[in-house]
Amino acid sequence: MVIDLEYMAGLVPVILRYVPLTLEMAVISMAIALVLAAALAIVRVLRVPVLDRIVAVYISFFRGTPLLVQLFLFYYGLPQLLPAARSIDGVTAAVIGLTLHFSAYMAESIRGAILGIDRSQWEAGAAVGMTELQLMRRIILPQAARVAAPTLLNYFIDMIKSTSLAFTLGVTEMMGAAQKEAAGSFRYLEAFLVVAFMYWAIVEALSFVQRRMEARLARAFAR
Amino acid sequence: MIRIEGLAKRFGERTVLAGIDLAIAPGERIVVIGPSGTGKSTLLRCLAFLDRPDAGRIAVGDLVVDAARASRRQILALRRRTAFVFQNYALFANKTARQNITEALTVVKRMSQAAADARADAILAEIGLADRGDAYPAALSGGQQQRVGIGRAMALEAELMLVDEPTSALDPEWVGEVLDLLRRVAAHQTMLIVTHEMQFAREIADRVLFMDGGRIVEEGPPAAIFERPQDPRLQAFLRRVG
Repeated sequence: MVIDLEYMAGLVPVILRYVPLTLEMAVISMAIALVLAAALAIVRVLRVPVLDRIVAVYISFFRGTPLLVQLFLFYYGLPQLLPAARSIDGVTAAVIGLTLHFSAYMAESIRGAILGIDRSQWEAGAAVGMTELQLMRRIILPQAARVAAPTLLNYFIDMIKSTSLAFTLGVTEMMGAAQKEAAGSFRYLEAFLVVAFMYWAIVEALSFVQRRMEARLARAFAR
Repeated sequence: MIRIEGLAKRFGERTVLAGIDLAIAPGERIVVIGPSGTGKSTLLRCLAFLDRPDAGRIAVGDLVVDAARASRRQILALRRRTAFVFQNYALFANKTARQNITEALTVVKRMSQAAADARADAILAEIGLADRGDAYPAALSGGQQQRVGIGRAMALEAELMLVDEPTSALDPEWVGEVLDLLRRVAAHQTMLIVTHEMQFAREIADRVLFMDGGRIVEEGPPAAIFERPQDPRLQAFLRRVG
């Protein structure tokens, strides 16, 4: 027998224990990244002087370099510059890296969604005397969120899978646990298959939620 | 009193407003007519700074705005003294009919939610949509949407209501109800209306302005404008629109 199914079955509960950590990293990163991305998108859409240029460079950098390189820069590189950064643990570094990286991508899709909102919505808000920020928060962003939601959920799925890179920062999450088990048993194929199936199952569950949500969003504002 | 002096606007090489002078007395209803592309809508949009005028002065009460160097704060103040009814209704798509009316009251005028809701309910009754307050714009007919658009403008109790071709985007079956509502609103609201509905203009206007080529070519009470037009361009226009 090439594949030891019994060994695989035994691994499932071991790796399952690390699912909460993976989800925790993904959910926290996603929550902060969403807020950050919305702020970055607003700066770009309103062309806030100076900040706009800084944000453009920020987005360019985080989209233009690999996530793995960014994680290494934060975790292994930064302490050389800021000794205080030495006390940051792997989980925190991974959350920071994921947040910054994905906020750049998400900012661009939120910006696209904002720019797609009909001009009449801006004019109506302006005409009643709303400030740009009031207009953004109460009229434009809620409509843009509806447009961007499917894309943002895709980024969340991508983010869940990307938490596996925290393993390279010494974090024992799902991937790290699988690696450790495999190193002890030399059953690499089985260990990595188990972890692959587990990611797949999580993502499938989310895709189900995504399909339900898209159906609901299609009905929004239509009562 | 509202005073407009030398209001000018160009889009690139094209002069759309070539210096508009106009004084509007409180309670006055002014209708702007003229061929399309002569700056009628641009005049209204410039007064609310939806298009930014290049030059001129706009005075509403004690607020005087010099178009060429209007600050963000002045533009906001000007918009808060005017209300706008759009050709394409421009209702907030993510807000119900009632919320469309209360939005500016709570957010801009800092009215309490309860007071804003009470005013919205009164206005919904006035515009004949008392039972549709919870409907989103997408679920309303064109005529209903434009009535909400007018209701949203009414709620502001603005010193000047700017009404930009309120029935041009409507199916013919909805035109009547919108014009009826505007007639009622006009009884107690200073208004500047751009319209192609000549009969309506004749009924509602205290004064009619005929614009052509970015200028006010002729103005006067409806009887004079429609029955004794002086300028050949106005005569030709009236022949065309029948």
